[in-house]
Amino acid sequence: MAEPMVVVDDLHVVYRVYGAGRDRGTAATALMRMVRRQRRGSIREVHAIRGISFVAYRGDAVGVIGRNGSGKSTLLRAIAGLLPAEKGAVYTDGHAALLGVNAAMLEELTGDKNITLGCLAMGMPPKEVKERYQAIADFSGIGDFVKLPMKTYSTGMGSRLRFAIASAKHQNILLVDEALATGDAEFRIRSQKRIEELRRDAGTVFLVAHNLLHVEETCNRVIWLEKGQIVRAGDDVPGIIDSYIEATGGEPLDRRRAKV
Amino acid sequence: MTEAKRSGQRVKAGDNGNVSPSSLSGPGQLAAAVAIATDGVGLPEEQLGEYALGHGLKLSSARPTIFEYIRQLWQRRHFITGFATAMNMAMYTEARLGQLWQVLTPLLNVAVYFLIFGELLHTSRGVPNYIAFLVTGVFVFNFSQRSFLIASRVMNDSLPLIRVLHFPRACLPLGYVLIELQQLIVSFTVLFAIVLISGEPLTWYWLLAIPALILQTLFNFGGGLILARWGAGFDDVSQLLPFIVRTWLYLSGVLFSIQALALIHGGVLFKHPRLAFGLQINPAAVFITLVRNAILHSQRVSQPGAKPYDAGKCSLYMRFPDQHLLDAAHCHPIVTQPDLWLIGAGWAIVTLVIGFVFFWQAETRYGRG
Repeated sequence: MAEPMVVVDDLHVVYRVYGAGRDRGTAATALMRMVRRQRRGSIREVHAIRGISFVAYRGDAVGVIGRNGSGKSTLLRAIAGLLPAEKGAVYTDGHAALLGVNAAMLEELTGDKNITLGCLAMGMPPKEVKERYQAIADFSGIGDFVKLPMKTYSTGMGSRLRFAIASAKHQNILLVDEALATGDAEFRIRSQKRIEELRRDAGTVFLVAHNLLHVEETCNRVIWLEKGQIVRAGDDVPGIIDSYIEATGGEPLDRRRAKV
Repeated sequence: MTEAKRSGQRVKAGDNGNVSPSSLSGPGQLAAAVAIATDGVGLPEEQLGEYALGHGLKLSSARPTIFEYIRQLWQRRHFITGFATAMNMAMYTEARLGQLWQVLTPLLNVAVYFLIFGELLHTSRGVPNYIAFLVTGVFVFNFSQRSFLIASRVMNDSLPLIRVLHFPRACLPLGYVLIELQQLIVSFTVLFAIVLISGEPLTWYWLLAIPALILQTLFNFGGGLILARWGAGFDDVSQLLPFIVRTWLYLSGVLFSIQALALIHGGVLFKHPRLAFGLQINPAAVFITLVRNAILHSQRVSQPGAKPYDAGKCSLYMRFPDQHLLDAAHCHPIVTQPDLWLIGAGWAIVTLVIGFVFFWQAETRYGRG
């Protein structure tokens, strides 16, 4: 019997955007709001996830596909526990690490400080951090840049280092939100291998990517979202991807060329 | 049967495989729930929630118990100290004078306060060795001020880190207060130099500054945790806080002596002893007074209550403070020295406990938005 790692039960997520209107808030009104414990007026609600249920098991690599704004990133953030569920719930085995494309870490600090502190923050004892440091630095492949502050990195380098750090500790659940999109081909192959390893170690990986070939190569299951709901989901990865491409009116994947 | 209905809704992958593209336009027509089934493994028959809990899964937004939270924090102690040290090193790398600024800023403040308040407005009245009195007050107050201002921004400033890694969020405000403590230790070497140059002797009493600053650190931890939660909730807090802190500075006897203003005839607080009491027991005034009495000989011997009460000598000070500075010691104190220690310890413990619980209550809400 496969063990569930992530159970999403009729999940609804609603974003509230404050201050979309005229209420710009002066110091006096701000004070009154704080005293009365009120939120800012003129709220716009965005119903980003509308009732999603699924179960992901140990060893699954789940690709999440869909157009921009279909709720892919929102779903991952809800699984990570970073967004409250309006209705329904997300159950996970342990905490999920979320890797996004813009998420820097400690920008002011050098790469090696980020490795050390990132590992310590994940709860590794200092001795283990020392042992693993070199492997993480090597995996990220950023070379001498490890001695420079992270804000000097290119987007690709930043995401390589973050991925190397977050995947260094055995994560039960790793959520990758386009974080590998900026890496080069060589790093993508390496990170694909790392995702394989995590799956073999009974972890579960969620991958949001617009590169459908990448999803097909990496994932054994796929969820297709549209307007916050599941259109199709299952383990017929090429089939679902093909009908997604058909629905969006794109060119079918050239799988032969990809294998070369 | 709701259960039957629910599992009926959950279609095995493939069964709903051929959704025609036209149905995409109307999301309402799509199956509300789909489970990804593994090959050969059926869908759970129970309610999904019960199924998840039955397999030992927890709500992704579940909050640890407070004891578990303390244990997790203790486990991350290396992270907190490492984070503080690394940020401290990085903080001033862009400024040409580097870490000198952490001393220069309060010193420039002291210079302004000395000219405007001490000389022009004569708040130095009734205070022996005013410059040492002022410098000590500014440096001690600066510790709480910077801790609170930074803590109110820390959760929003650290969003990227919060979103990537999972760790007890209290690490961040605690780490930032620790940065301020490290900076305090550096700036206190400068403070000690100024105090010695101003003519104060080096005595064993100086060691009393250590417990006073430990209490203040605990107080800053607590206050930092409270402000970190507020600041994470409302951006307005970090805008408003500088004004509140500035008001607090003026009320805490940094620039003037609360004792002197309460005793001297014509002093603002002379007619309002309750107000004087209120100002003196506020945490900043308590910690400042404790440190001043530890490292400033002139304060220790002249503080009211230092010598037995003598109505005659006391009234001399009350009428002619500048000619009879040391006679203040013969007056009744607003708050006695032992009481100051008790109040300081009370502030430290109460604020820390309240701040910790208050911060922990919102643990799962940080990083959302």
